[in-house]
Parts: sequence; structure tokens; C-alpha cells
Amino acid sequence: MNIHEYQSKEIFKAYGVPTLKGFMVENTEEAKEKAALFRSDVIVVKAQVHAGGRGKAGGVILVKSLDEAVKATDKLIGKSLVTHQTSPEGQVVQKVYLEEGCDIESEFYLSLIVNRKKSCYTFIASSAGGMDIEEVAKTSPESIIYVDIDPSIGLKSYHIYRIANFLNLDKKALKDILEGLYSCFTNKDVSLLEINPLVLTKESRLIALDAKMSFDDNALYRHPDIMKYKDESEEDKEEIEAAKHDLAYVKLDGNIGCLVNGAGLAMATMDSIHMAGGSPANFLDVGGSASVEMVSKGFEILLSNPKVGGIFVNIFGGIMRCDTIGKGIVNAVENLECKVPIVVRLEGTNANIGLEIISNSKINAILAEDMDDGAMKIVSLVGNKEAAHEHLGR
Amino acid sequence: MSIWVDNNSKVVVQGITGSAARYHTEQMLNYGTNIVAGVTPGKKGQSVNSVPVFDTVLEAVDQTGANASIIYVPAPYAAEAIMEAIDAELDLVVCITEHIPVQDMLKVKTYLEGKKTRLIGPNCPGIITPGQSKIGIMPGHIHVKGSIGIVSRSGTLTYEAVSAVTKAGLGQSTAIGIGGDPVGGTSFIDVLDAFNKDAMTKAVILIGEIGGDAEEEAAKWIKENMTKPVVAFISGRTAPKGKRMGHAGAIVSGSSGTAESKIEALKSANVSVADKFSDLVPHLLRELKK
Repeated sequence: MNIHEYQSKEIFKAYGVPTLKGFMVENTEEAKEKAALFRSDVIVVKAQVHAGGRGKAGGVILVKSLDEAVKATDKLIGKSLVTHQTSPEGQVVQKVYLEEGCDIESEFYLSLIVNRKKSCYTFIASSAGGMDIEEVAKTSPESIIYVDIDPSIGLKSYHIYRIANFLNLDKKALKDILEGLYSCFTNKDVSLLEINPLVLTKESRLIALDAKMSFDDNALYRHPDIMKYKDESEEDKEEIEAAKHDLAYVKLDGNIGCLVNGAGLAMATMDSIHMAGGSPANFLDVGGSASVEMVSKGFEILLSNPKVGGIFVNIFGGIMRCDTIGKGIVNAVENLECKVPIVVRLEGTNANIGLEIISNSKINAILAEDMDDGAMKIVSLVGNKEAAHEHLGR
Repeated sequence: MSIWVDNNSKVVVQGITGSAARYHTEQMLNYGTNIVAGVTPGKKGQSVNSVPVFDTVLEAVDQTGANASIIYVPAPYAAEAIMEAIDAELDLVVCITEHIPVQDMLKVKTYLEGKKTRLIGPNCPGIITPGQSKIGIMPGHIHVKGSIGIVSRSGTLTYEAVSAVTKAGLGQSTAIGIGGDPVGGTSFIDVLDAFNKDAMTKAVILIGEIGGDAEEEAAKWIKENMTKPVVAFISGRTAPKGKRMGHAGAIVSGSSGTAESKIEALKSANVSVADKFSDLVPHLLRELKK
């Protein structure tokens, strides 16, 4: 789960990580009231969206008066921000963060991650702040330090020295930040924490100018205080609905709906549709042991996407028997009055009975031999996006 | 021969009194797995399918001589269940449980270091040696005894591969799903190494997916050590960046974890990589003829 910058900074404050004075506002009245509380005339107005790249997309505005701050707030609220991480339609800004300006001496990069390869925590720090760290890793890898922390011993003084000396920063100031970040990371099941940039001001203060945090979805059950930061307006409606029913769903921009059991098979099905020249509308995993209810709910979610011009059901019946799945498909299609073409591939336990149930029903489904055969069939039925629109008479 | 499980595996089911565990205990017993005990704290003295239930793994081991375990304990308690099994010095622990917090798994991995226990998973379908023992949730009937080793990060794709191999008239030496989580016990390399040494295994199918760099690491290892043919399939080539594809570990972050990088690494290690899943067995047959 991702959260907003202003929320991350709330958490930072609680852990003693220094940030600048700032207020989240949702309209110009609030902006007027809060901006008056700043001592400095320089105010930074930042759009609060989860997607990265908002600076380049015009989501961060530097102003030099209270009036300008209100104008900038007005300009950002309700605006659709398109960055490299949003959909082409962009993400509508609903909140902005007003933050006091500061005089920057130098900028740094600092992040803390779960290192899946080494099964430890890793601090990543660089003297190249404010830039895309992946780009820095490519062009000047020598400016990045990686400090691994064994979870059984935790953050120690020597880790802090290594980072401070590498960045040429005062150890004392950095110590509070690193310790705050580390305890927050481990206490709250954070999966990624990034400060870009961390700045040294002309008054020699170290400050987190930006703050990005992601949390482990699997651990949210034990952090109700973090759960309250969830912002559903940042997520896709269909994805939220799917999550409520334990379905793993990711919306894509194609026109072929896929309903599959198992994450690996669901990804392979998307790939297969692409190979056949089509474009999947989604990733949908109904679970390794899919139930009739889940198949039915899956159909409902697929059909709620108006782009979907055809559906490919790809099931490998293991523990779950294909005859049950067959009945589930027939029920779902009949109840939901599904009018788009359907290709069904059933394999595994009782596949023949399942296919027979579908053949003998009133639903008009095309049967497929295997995943790649099914992908070819659905692509030829739906075709590319334009063809799909014609097919549906849109 | 086979790897890690056979007729000598004596299995304890952790969390045996839960409904999924009850169902799969019956399935495993039907397959012929030697299940000797179950564990659910506070349920000592009960039995499930005539399997005696104990409070702790150590009691189960003392009373029955169990040497392997399978875990169905719910995610909030699963890490502790794995550590209990490690503490009881079992040879093999298979953790089926999905959605274990990743930082819990970091602690488990650290605890596992230097111990004798092999952990498979979590979030995996388990391991099966056809005709001998099934410690997992895979459908037993699609497997036949044979010479192909199968290893995968995905459950259903393991079944797909098993089924395709069976249909081609070949069979499996051992099939293993290592799980879809970012931090797990057994790696591709551990499995490849074991298949390399196993006399029964003639070739290996490796099924990877986007996220992390386990496939790249495996490719390096194959290049230097593998004496048997390996054919591979990587899923998620068309997955969008930054989105988790069902499995917690299946995510392309920035430029790392892409399918292209994995396919390239495997190809450079002389692994035959199938573009389409239906090409996997034809690739395998070609490699076996070489």
C-alpha cells in the first residue's frame, strides 16, 4: 500500500526524522488560512498523488507569496496529473501539501528497502540527490553506497559511520535520521522508504524534503494506524472491488478479459494473448483452487469494464474440479447476460465433464485445446481494439 | 532416486485441524504419503483422519519420528510455525501459507542459516516425488514417475508443465514449486544442484516469472555447473511495471526483474527458453535427443 507525502511526513515526525513545516489542504480557503502560518515567504505547493514524477508533470509549484500559494492550490486541485507512473488519463489531484521553503546547500538520496536477494535490510544513499536513482546507478555507480543490515543485529553505529563518511555528513545529525527510519521501517512493516532529496540547508540542518513510503499489504492487519492512511481514490475501482473478494486483479488497457486460476498461469495467459496479436484488458487470478463464487465474481468484474470485447477463461483444475468450474461459468454467463464472445479452456481434473457442461448449455462459448490455442481463438474473435469497438457497435 | 522426498519421508502436518489442512491431509494420505502426526497448539489428543494431533512439533517428532513437515498455519502465525519446525530439527519443511509478512520471513531466513532444515516456500504448492510421496497441495493424479525434474515459482504453471510432460509420455523425477514470495527458503539453484546430482533426473524444466533476480542467478549457476539439459519458460513478459501480479514477488521495479533480462540470462547459459508455453515440451524433447 502506498501513502501520500504528507502522511509519510506525519510518520517521520513521530520518529524524529526532521521535515519542514507544512500543511495538507483540500481547497483554497484552507490554503489561505494555513499559508498565513508560515514565517517564510517562499512556499512550495505540492500535489498529493501516489504516482512518482509529479515534479516533471507540473505538480510542484514554487511560490513567493501567500496569494500565489492560494492560486497554485487552485490550479492543482481537481487537475489531472499525468506522469510516467499514472494511466494516460492521469490521476486527479484532491489534496495539496503546502510546505515552507528552505535554502539548500546540497542534496542527497536516501532509501531503505527489503533486500530480497540477501534477505536483509539495505540502506541506499547517494550524494546525487533529487535525481532518478536508477539513472544514477547507471551513469555514476560510484556515487551510491549500499549498506546491508542483518535483521538479527539491527542498525549499529558502524553502519551510520559508513553512510555519514560516504556522504561527508555530520554523523550526529544523520544518526537521528537513520535510527528513526530504521525503527519506523521495522515497527510498521514498511516495504520501501525513500527520501529524495534529503537536503542539507545553508543553516546546516539535515531535512527530509520529500518522503515516499510503501507498506507490506500482508502486514497491514497488525497496523490499524497505517490502514487509516489508505486512499481509495488513488486506486482503480475494479481493483478495489476484486481485492474485497480475494481476487488478484490488475487492470490493463487492452480489450480481452482474462479469467485464470493461479498468478503464474494468469501472467502466461496475458503473454500468450500478446503473442497472438491481441491485448489483454486485465490480469485476474481467481486463486489456485478457484470456487464457483470466485468465477462468478470474476466475470462480474471483467464485464464492468466497458472496453472488454471478449473473455478468455483459462483454468487448470487441480484440487478444484473442472465440472464445478464449468457450472460456474455457465451460471455466471447466464446471470450476467454476457454478450461478448467467450473462449474456454479447461484442463486437469474432470476437464471433459466440465467442457461437456459448457457445450450442452445455452451459452455460446468456443472451446480451446490449450492456453496458446485459446489465446489465438479469442484474438481472432475480438481482434484489435478498433475491431472490438466495431464488433460491439460502439 | 528423486530429491528430498521419498518413501522415507515421515510427515507432520502443522495446523492440521484447519479446514484446508484437513482436506489436504486426506488427499496426501490417499496419495500414499506417510503422514505420522499433526500439530495444533491446544488440540493434543485429538485426531484427524486417524492421524494423532500434538501441541508442539517437538512432541510429534519424539512420539512418531517425523522428519518432514507441511505448514497450513494462517499467515500471522506461519513464521513462528516455520521456526518451530526448524527448532525441532526436521530435514524438510514445506510452507503452503500465502500472505506471510515479508519482514517475518527475513527473521525466518536469518534463523534458518546454519541449521540442517531445508525450507520450501512459503506461498508454494509443495513437492512431489510421483509414486512415493506428495507433500503439498498439487493434484496427485496428473503425475507419473519419470526422469524430468520440474521447478517453478508458480503453482498452476507447475501443474501445466507436469501435465504436458505426462501427456508426452515422459514423467517426473520430482516436481517442486518454490513459491511466489520475494523471500523464501529453497532457491532455483538449490533445486538445480539437487537435480544435477540425482541419477533419476535426465533433464530439468525451470519456470520463472518477473520480479527479483533468482532466474539470472540460476542462469549463472547453470552456465558453470549444470551437466543436464534445462528448458525454461518465463511468465510476465507483458506485465506492466510497478504492478504486483498476484504473487507478492512478481513485480518489475524500475528496470529490475524484467522477463527480458531473465530470458537473456538463461539463453546465454545455453538454456532453451520457450516463447510459448505449448513449445516447452517440444523444446524438452529436442534437448533430450541431443
